Amino acid sequence: MSSGQFEFTLAIGGAAGQGIATPGSILARLFTRRGLWLYAYNAYQSIIRGGHIYLTMRISDRQIYSHGDSLDMLLCLNQDTMDRHLGLLGAGGRAIYNSDTIKPGEAADGVQLCPMPVKQLSNRSRNRVIQNTIALGVITNLLGLEFDVLEQALKLQFGRKGDAVVNENVTAARAGYDYAIENFQPLSEPLPTGAKPLALWTGNDALAMGGAAAGVKFYSAYPMSPSTGVLHWMARNARDLGIMVRQAEDEISVANMVIGAAHVGARAMCATSGGGFALMTEAVGSAAMMEIPAVFINVMRAGPSTGVPTKTEQGDLWQALGASQGDFERLIVAPTDALDAFNVVPEIFNLCDQAQCPGIVITDLLISEGTFSADPDGIDLYPEIDRGEMIANGAAPNGEYLRYKDTESGVSPRALPGVPGYAHVVATDEHDQDSVLISDEFTDPHKRRRMVEKRARKIANIIEQIPAPELQGPEDADVTLIGWGSTEGVIGEAIEQLADKGITANQLAIRWIVPFHAQAVINAVSRAKRTIIVENNYSGQFYRYLRSETGLSVDGHIRKYDGEPFMPHHIVDGVIEQVAGKTDHYIPYQEIMV
Amino acid sequence: MDGIDTRQLVLDPETANDYKGRVDPDWCPGCGDFGVLNSMRKACLDMGLKPHEILTVSGIGCSSNFPGYFNSYGMHTLHGRALAVATGAKMANHELNVVVTGGDGDGYGIGGNHFTHTARRNVDLTYIVMDNEIYGLTTGQLSPTSSLDMKTKSSPYGSIEFPFNPITSAIMNGATFVARGFSSDTRHLSMLMQQAIEHKGFSLISIFSPCITFNHDNTVKFFKRRVKKLEDENHDTGDWKAACEKAMVWGDTIYTGLFLHVKDRPSLDAAEPVLDEGGPIAHRTEALTKEQGDRIISRMM
Repeated sequence: MSSGQFEFTLAIGGAAGQGIATPGSILARLFTRRGLWLYAYNAYQSIIRGGHIYLTMRISDRQIYSHGDSLDMLLCLNQDTMDRHLGLLGAGGRAIYNSDTIKPGEAADGVQLCPMPVKQLSNRSRNRVIQNTIALGVITNLLGLEFDVLEQALKLQFGRKGDAVVNENVTAARAGYDYAIENFQPLSEPLPTGAKPLALWTGNDALAMGGAAAGVKFYSAYPMSPSTGVLHWMARNARDLGIMVRQAEDEISVANMVIGAAHVGARAMCATSGGGFALMTEAVGSAAMMEIPAVFINVMRAGPSTGVPTKTEQGDLWQALGASQGDFERLIVAPTDALDAFNVVPEIFNLCDQAQCPGIVITDLLISEGTFSADPDGIDLYPEIDRGEMIANGAAPNGEYLRYKDTESGVSPRALPGVPGYAHVVATDEHDQDSVLISDEFTDPHKRRRMVEKRARKIANIIEQIPAPELQGPEDADVTLIGWGSTEGVIGEAIEQLADKGITANQLAIRWIVPFHAQAVINAVSRAKRTIIVENNYSGQFYRYLRSETGLSVDGHIRKYDGEPFMPHHIVDGVIEQVAGKTDHYIPYQEIMV
Repeated sequence: MDGIDTRQLVLDPETANDYKGRVDPDWCPGCGDFGVLNSMRKACLDMGLKPHEILTVSGIGCSSNFPGYFNSYGMHTLHGRALAVATGAKMANHELNVVVTGGDGDGYGIGGNHFTHTARRNVDLTYIVMDNEIYGLTTGQLSPTSSLDMKTKSSPYGSIEFPFNPITSAIMNGATFVARGFSSDTRHLSMLMQQAIEHKGFSLISIFSPCITFNHDNTVKFFKRRVKKLEDENHDTGDWKAACEKAMVWGDTIYTGLFLHVKDRPSLDAAEPVLDEGGPIAHRTEALTKEQGDRIISRMM
């Protein structure tokens, strides 16, 4: 934490089924309504009951993008959490726990243990999650907040369930709040207040909202962690926004439905994770061949195969680059945080419509399931919508219309089925300008070459429309950190910490993978004194892509592939070791066992 | 265009020939699929359907070349995926008449999962399957509907697998219009096609369309001797059990005609509240309204 800034990190640990989500979302709302910036990361496993869930919620009076390095308060909902994580608290930290069921561990000096006699405080309630509400009362008090702030939040949360539930929770929270007044020491400075209330969303919400803003009218999905949140948002909002949402029998169907809907003129999108994307890939190629614009979102999780369904990784870059057989172009973008996940969707839709091609948004669990605060005024729900060269009405004599007319730009006006006079067939076989198959006729090498070049030409023009990556931070820094997608925020925080330690660093954050601004990257990297690539994978997928596109190498690597995301100090430590010449390949140690 | 003779498409067909596509079929002379194509042209003419009102969607296989030979909007998609693509197209523009064409391998083999679920969802599609009980385009291997003991290049000693029954499967999966046709009886087939296109819901016409080159068991002669029309049997198309019994008959008699017709189950587009008003979603304004945007933001606060 840099001086002069407020920062506080709270963690809640327990087993699946103990109801961590509810106090988590109540607190998150409470903080963001107060105008505090927030980032929450939930570490969990693919089980519905049991296991270990560990929610880290970091708040600050400035915008933050990672769950940080330190812990100030720990709420233990079970013994396991106490045993695993008490050691993360340093002087000034507080551990809150149900003293009826949990034995405190050996705490570091200066840690305040805050036992709650839950049975006594709950009047022997049989509600098994009542300890969570009592704890909310304790936490509210320790943070120096008035009780009515929590009371309002509880009413909001439980209002739909009726007065009895609201009253039970308010009474329990009050008991916890009052008990804390008598028995525990609150923070020396109460929680600050921000400039204005902030909004709250997950990356999955942001992707779905980006689709809604882009004018997506058809969304299809098969449930798959960690992308399912997009489906949930779409299903919840479908009727209000007039979006057709279809849960299909598999991802093959999902992708093909999207292509069918897109072909008749709807903006159509789907989201999945790597396994589902594997099933979609043949369809990605068919969209390229038939020249149908559609957007496919791959939210990466740790692989290969079923892998670690609830853990993050940046391991599908080459899957996206190589999705589907054949040599063809697809657009690929990797958003850097939730707001960017929202913004890239309308951006890629416009480009896909212009080039009549498939587009892939590649992101990861860290963003998709991370909870972010957002400035509501910074969310542009009315972006420019450009459908490209589309014939949606009017009449022309048949015969003159060539669906795949060989134009200078490579783009051929696309007539929507239903328009009189433009009847045509689109085909996954290679075809001529009038879409008659050339594969079944005889192989005509000249026609084939012309169509390959036509399709490629469409994409070549796209690069001028996307921003080139720029160095963030001092031009003459000691170290240039290169990352792609979700690592931008955590690298940014690491750079601040490095400055405190006397190492100047800047960042080259890559969003657009295809098309790739190779020359801009070459310019930035060749000026750098020391280049280090930071990636959430084992083999350096982006490093290999960078080499293939630029011929450049780098000085060092920081890679993490244990399923957990980078914390800022992981990168700081990696840079320090490399600057000291100890290694050029640093793999951080994951301290928090989740 | 150089290389191949193509014709201009007719805007307002007045004869069945006006439904010809840009090119003529490259099917083997004598292929059953010609009868299916001619039946469809006649059905569309009799119904007065304009080419732009029809979207023909196919997968891959000999019979999946159908859209190229037919004057309408068409999509020649991936092997086995025609029903999924067609579902997306129909739901995004439910004003289109969406006809799906393909073969037994495409629809009952690689596309089997979509067949099950499209029937269950009662998507308003007309599914025309040209069933030749063989893989023709790959030069003669077993298909899901190949008979037990059938010898093919992939079963040189005879098939040991029991064949798939499209009719009972469609009925069990919830299809609301289930029929069987024979490509040599184009008058009957064309009538079934008209009924199927008029039906609001998922309609299957599984058609015996013999492969003259690779299937020497299930030939035109084989079917001609056996087929009997359900219409002549006093069959109750509202009785699914009787329909299944008739569909299982396979020997000296094989039934064609309409097995099942369920008229009271809404199609998916009719059941979908998003389509209650505002027309096809493909034609709606993309941008959110201010009110919609405000509601989205308020739910985030």
